[in-house]
Amino acid sequence: MKGSVMTAMVSIDAVGKSYASGFEALKGVSLDIHQGEILALLGPNGAGKTTLISCICGISRPTRGVITVGGHDVIDDFRAARRLVGLVPQEINLEPFEKVMNSVRLSRGLFGKPRNDAFLEKVLKRLSLWDKRNARISELSGGMKRRVLIAKALSHEPRVLFLDEPTAGVDVELRRDMWDIVAQLKADGVTIILTTHYIEEAEAIADRVGVINKGELLLVEEKAALMNRMGRKELRIELSEPVAAIPEGLSDYNLRLEDDGLTLVYPYDVRKERTGITRLISDFGAAGLLLRDISTRQNSLEDIFVGLVKEQDGDAA
Amino acid sequence: MNWQAVYAMYSFEMARFFRTITQSFVSPVISTSLYFVVFGSAIGSRIQEVDGVSYGAFIVPGLIMLTVMTQALSNASFGIYFPKFIGTIYELLSAPVNFIEIVIGYVGAAATKSMFIGLVILGTSALFVDLKIQAPLAMLAFLVLTCLSFSLMGFIIGIWAGNFEQLQLVPLLVVTPLVFLGGSFYSISMLPPFWQTVTLFNPVVYLISGFRWSFFGIADVPIGISLLAISAFTVICIGIIWWIFKTGWRIRS
Ligand SMILES: Nc1ncnc2c1ncn2[C@@H]1O[C@H](COP(=O)(O)OP(=O)(O)O)[C@@H](O)[C@H]1O
Ligand SMILES: [Mg+2]
Repeated sequence: MKGSVMTAMVSIDAVGKSYASGFEALKGVSLDIHQGEILALLGPNGAGKTTLISCICGISRPTRGVITVGGHDVIDDFRAARRLVGLVPQEINLEPFEKVMNSVRLSRGLFGKPRNDAFLEKVLKRLSLWDKRNARISELSGGMKRRVLIAKALSHEPRVLFLDEPTAGVDVELRRDMWDIVAQLKADGVTIILTTHYIEEAEAIADRVGVINKGELLLVEEKAALMNRMGRKELRIELSEPVAAIPEGLSDYNLRLEDDGLTLVYPYDVRKERTGITRLISDFGAAGLLLRDISTRQNSLEDIFVGLVKEQDGDAA
Repeated sequence: MNWQAVYAMYSFEMARFFRTITQSFVSPVISTSLYFVVFGSAIGSRIQEVDGVSYGAFIVPGLIMLTVMTQALSNASFGIYFPKFIGTIYELLSAPVNFIEIVIGYVGAAATKSMFIGLVILGTSALFVDLKIQAPLAMLAFLVLTCLSFSLMGFIIGIWAGNFEQLQLVPLLVVTPLVFLGGSFYSISMLPPFWQTVTLFNPVVYLISGFRWSFFGIADVPIGISLLAISAFTVICIGIIWWIFKTGWRIRS
């Protein structure tokens, strides 16, 4: 990523983290996050997503490696780095007896911003929390509490926003709101990093997707490139009688033989103008093959993800 | 310095205090009155005077110290333990604040609260006995230093505590005995010589003695030593807190 035209808003260089228990939660992660992009970090539970975010935000101290935000080292120059960062934690950590407005005001003050209730009003309205500004947090529903966490993170006008599993266990309406808010923030130039294990979420809003498992970053790719892989489909043709080899007339098609010669698999690209399916079927007839059934199968982000994680588990074994 | 953050933490903590203002004041006022009934009337009828001061007046400085020390300790320890317990500490750890600012905000609020309560007890006492304060400035200085140092100590306990039992443990097992045996309700000179010597190892003795001196001009130990003791105690607490934040002990995983 070095030398790219875009500037790295967050730069993570060979970051490792071992907890006091000796457990190595991050095993040398390197990643540049560009200014203004939305990056989705995908990974199963325990992959190290929260640990990585905690190391960037100052909640945990990395054991090794260097992290900068906006060019400021998160340890040596923590004030400048943290001023840029808003964090929406995974857990709903809120003071139950506090009023919404006071809680949000505290966040703004902590980040060194002068009181500005007009701005906070805008934030609360955007999150449909304005009516609840004088309610105690304990009186709010789970979804509302999550909105309060977001309001707190936005209260100090961050340039980088971390959303740690923002849509885990929230209703459809809030999820859609959340995506709208993320889109608006992106339009304002805010860099957004979100973790999730919902692949559709990464698909819907991210510019780039990173896959993390067992403390290692397995892949970071433009979503478009990933979608390219996903654009590939397979046509599976079941035969009535098994064949020993791919018939000669069909050698141009890059076919694969499976199920002891009972299935022929044809990979193709759906987005091409011609998929070659019509021609293939008629050539099947010409080769004298009897078809029993036809099905198609799409390579999803989930497949890619599961494949990568399996590969890694296989390597470890 | 991020003074905006200090102000935000301080006013947030004070708001919690003012929300429960009645409880915060009613309970010390009632317990002070009870002390006067029990110690002042029951015991005071047998002990007429200590060093020329009526027993009722003699116990006032000790009573204020007793309450201020326990209040500072519990306010400060709870103040920082609570965010740890409910998880809101993430916000302090990820904010652009350093340990000095967190300590000024949290310890400052706890010290202010206990100071308020100390002054309320002083006012309540004045209703029961005739009080003359010989050195008001010294009195205030001792009060402020005590609120501050015990709030610092409370802050350390709050960081150290892993559960609510531990939060109560140190105040109950260490501080309360030291305070009760520190001459709150008697003069050291009333003890047998052996216990007088033992008592001199109790740091609280120096605080109460100095504080009482500022009221009546009488003291168990020289005033200079009292000032030195409380200053040393404050410095030690600040040193421990500095180390806690430097190493991230019990706060940063
Ligand atoms: N404070 C801690 N002490 C020891 N191990 C931890 C601690 N926090 C997390 N872990 C471990 O580190 C791994 C990564 O955790 P986490 O970063 O929370 O994963 P994720 O957010 O991807 O689900 C997990 O195996 C978890 O058990
Ligand atoms: Mg997590």
